Amino acid sequence: MYKTVIGLEVHCELKSNSKNFSSARNGFSDIPNSHVSVVDLGMPGILPVVNKEAVRNSIKMALAMNCTIPDYLTFERKNYFYPDLPKGYQITQFKHPIGEDGYVMINVNGEEKKILIHDTHLEEDTASMDHYNDYSLLDYNRCGVPLLETVTEPCINSADEAVAFLETLRNIFLYTDTSYARSDKGQIRCDVNVSLMKDGDTHLGTRTEMKNINSFSGVREAIISEVARQTEVLNNGGVVVQETRRYDETTKTTYSMRSKEDAIDYRYFTDPNLPPIKIDSEWVSEIKEEIPKLPQDRFSTYVNDYIINEKDAYTIVRDKSISDFYEECITLLNNPVIISNWLCGDVMKYLNKESLDIIDSKLTPNMLTDLIKFIDDGKINGKQGKTVLEKMMESGKEVKEIVEELGISQISDESEIRNIILTIISNNMNLVEDYKNGKRVFDYFIGQIMKETRGRANPVITSRILKEELDKYL
Amino acid sequence: MNITELREKLDKGLVNSESLFNESVSLAKESQKEYNPFVTIMDKYECSKSDGILSGIPYVLKDNVSTNGILTTASSNILSNYVPVYDATIYKKLKDAGAVLIGKTVLDELAMGGTGTTGHTGIVKNPWNKERQIGGSSAGSAAAVALGIVPFAIGSDTGDSVRKPAAYGGIVGFKPTYGRISRYGLFAFASSLDHLGIFARNVRDVAIVTDTVKGHDSHDMTSLPDDDKMYADTLNKSVKGKKLFYIKEALDNNSEDPELGNILDNFKEVINKCESLGMKVHAESISRDLLQALYPSYMAISCAEATSNDSNLNGIHFGVRGEGNNPNEIITDARTKGFSELIKRRFIIGSYILQKENQEKLFLNAYRVRRMIVDKINELFKEYDAIIMPAASGIAPKFSDKSDKLSDKYLILDNHMVIGNFGGYPSITIPSGFVDNMPVGINITGRVCEDDLVLNIANEIEGALKYKDQIARELK
Repeated sequence: MYKTVIGLEVHCELKSNSKNFSSARNGFSDIPNSHVSVVDLGMPGILPVVNKEAVRNSIKMALAMNCTIPDYLTFERKNYFYPDLPKGYQITQFKHPIGEDGYVMINVNGEEKKILIHDTHLEEDTASMDHYNDYSLLDYNRCGVPLLETVTEPCINSADEAVAFLETLRNIFLYTDTSYARSDKGQIRCDVNVSLMKDGDTHLGTRTEMKNINSFSGVREAIISEVARQTEVLNNGGVVVQETRRYDETTKTTYSMRSKEDAIDYRYFTDPNLPPIKIDSEWVSEIKEEIPKLPQDRFSTYVNDYIINEKDAYTIVRDKSISDFYEECITLLNNPVIISNWLCGDVMKYLNKESLDIIDSKLTPNMLTDLIKFIDDGKINGKQGKTVLEKMMESGKEVKEIVEELGISQISDESEIRNIILTIISNNMNLVEDYKNGKRVFDYFIGQIMKETRGRANPVITSRILKEELDKYL
Repeated sequence: MNITELREKLDKGLVNSESLFNESVSLAKESQKEYNPFVTIMDKYECSKSDGILSGIPYVLKDNVSTNGILTTASSNILSNYVPVYDATIYKKLKDAGAVLIGKTVLDELAMGGTGTTGHTGIVKNPWNKERQIGGSSAGSAAAVALGIVPFAIGSDTGDSVRKPAAYGGIVGFKPTYGRISRYGLFAFASSLDHLGIFARNVRDVAIVTDTVKGHDSHDMTSLPDDDKMYADTLNKSVKGKKLFYIKEALDNNSEDPELGNILDNFKEVINKCESLGMKVHAESISRDLLQALYPSYMAISCAEATSNDSNLNGIHFGVRGEGNNPNEIITDARTKGFSELIKRRFIIGSYILQKENQEKLFLNAYRVRRMIVDKINELFKEYDAIIMPAASGIAPKFSDKSDKLSDKYLILDNHMVIGNFGGYPSITIPSGFVDNMPVGINITGRVCEDDLVLNIANEIEGALKYKDQIARELK
């Protein structure tokens, strides 16, 4: 048997107004080559200027991954020729990356695991290319977009762990508001290194690398397929060759791209146009303050302090907007379990059905807690609550308004109920006689009251007052 | 006429700037046939309104400075059709100051080289003697000023590419402290060594132009904060008591070479003048091994940076496009046809030096030599205000001359000015007389950010020497 050893290199585009080293906009556009400056195109004589916002977001991520931040940042050039790289080199970090020696806690099937981060560094994205039969199209909108590359140690041991790490990492990006991290837009992409080692072995086996996989399911499949391939090679007495392989999403297999011998020497050296940048420790503390409570911490608060079940806690923290919504609800109504039940139940059901994010829905924390209070106060019952919630999410109207529209608010006002009861009793004096004689007419009276109030009379209050009034005749 | 004289005539209405333009352009066209200083001569007069001191004054730019809408070739075939879409900061500042562009001048291809013979439009000849080089790489700019076509010109200086041709052309060439003038828009050769520089026929003009083009630029992270000084205002301060040194080893002469003897004699005369101005001049010793390592280290660093900097020249996004069936073939074809053999040689050296297995031995050792010489000079600058040296080991070479690149004369005396680029020091060459009817010059290099003092010393020596405002054609 073999132990699987995986290391990941995750590239994620950062949020910022302008690009990493130019003043062109950092934004997605359907119009190709509309966010491009002379700097992005590597025109002769251009110089890069580091984007402070991108550095800030990188530091934020590095801190969120428990990395050490260096006193000085340097930028290095990675040299290679390709049309998607107009300068002929990519500005990246090699010597003094923005974060080193960190870790991220992940949760795989209920088990906690610490994933070690070798480093995280700031670089620039390349242009996107579309290849056709006899030509290719280049779009430089992406060229120069700030990109944070996070490199793990080879400490991941299964496809499940790899995907759990990626999901956690994406969540940290979303929680720190540093990236949209959408894999469908290619904003988060992954290189996967896989090797196998014999049980009991102490040194790592030969690894292969699969580059640029842009979905988490792709990562999972690529790992499974590559582990199977390497297992077969080893079982047949062969050796795994160190090489770069490409994962083909359609066939779900990997094939060889280039061997180690053909590996490119990127001739890294420090970019002389970018002097070392001093990272002020006060600035780092200031950035640290801005990091919100991260999903792992929220999870433990929910489970340990709010006493909600792990499944629901996980559902809530998986989406920062849901988690923020949940926490705001708790500030309005101190009943975490009931709120969680509603949120993970009917609210999520509706959102899934409509494919909505909670921030795009019409529901607010105020509306949800109002609904819960209405039920607690006995103004409507639980079953009615579900109907009201759906109407609220459709229309964005307040609970009170919907309850009125539906005419379903419970009558809990004692004097109002008493008046109705007195009228019904006075109209049915013959039945009062039957009551006195011990006949079972109580339920008939209840029926009459419910008919009169169209079922809105609070049943508990109603039977108590009815009994009081009827007993007066005894 | 120099800038001060032209300014006075313009202000008095004795000339107007358009007629100055026309005069310069016709001189340029006339000189072009014989000396070939220009890649482009402007045909349309353009001048922004300004009341600055350079308003209406004609000048030229080296053809590696980005000019929106005007062909900029870096004297390379690969850029022979390249018209930039943006202005270099220095060009923008000169335009805003009302200076009038006359043309773009020939350089050694991509600013690599010191002969003025490798540009794609042909060799540039020395205005004092057509059989001789003007030197490079800022060959056309030096020639245009020496010929009296314009009172000042912009060049670039990575090893000595402004200061050496200035010496061979009998004019003044100055490169300020690294970062004093923004490099934004200067086609990069070796970014850590590249400086923009100024040619003129006297120190005051150089100071006036520097005052106009210097300053912090948000486009250039290596540009310095403003120093809020006007260098032209402090040129005449007394230099009495200032201490200069020359490198003893560089001036050792055991040869029978009469030209070198004359150069050293000329230098001794300059030293005497310095002393008569009340300055003290001493010989200081620097290890010969370190001095001999300057040129190879310069080559290692500059070729390494150049091979990366010039990787944008692939014919895909701009420049002359190559042919082929895939991107690699297209890029290879464009670069094969677009560069001369000398350039390819430098790129190969640069790539070799940057290779993983060679970096430590070649690239990083070159950086160590750079650090060592800079530390040594900084140590000496604690005692001295500036270095004074002959700008070259001889007069401008003939086109047919061959130099022994392993001799001390070449390695040390002809290449010591690279110290100015290694340390980013302000450094100026001024004419100091004639040897064999050809002009020679001396170089003064001072402490970082003391551009004003370097110009002040140069101005005082210039005053004592009487070789200012020389125009080559006057000798004919």
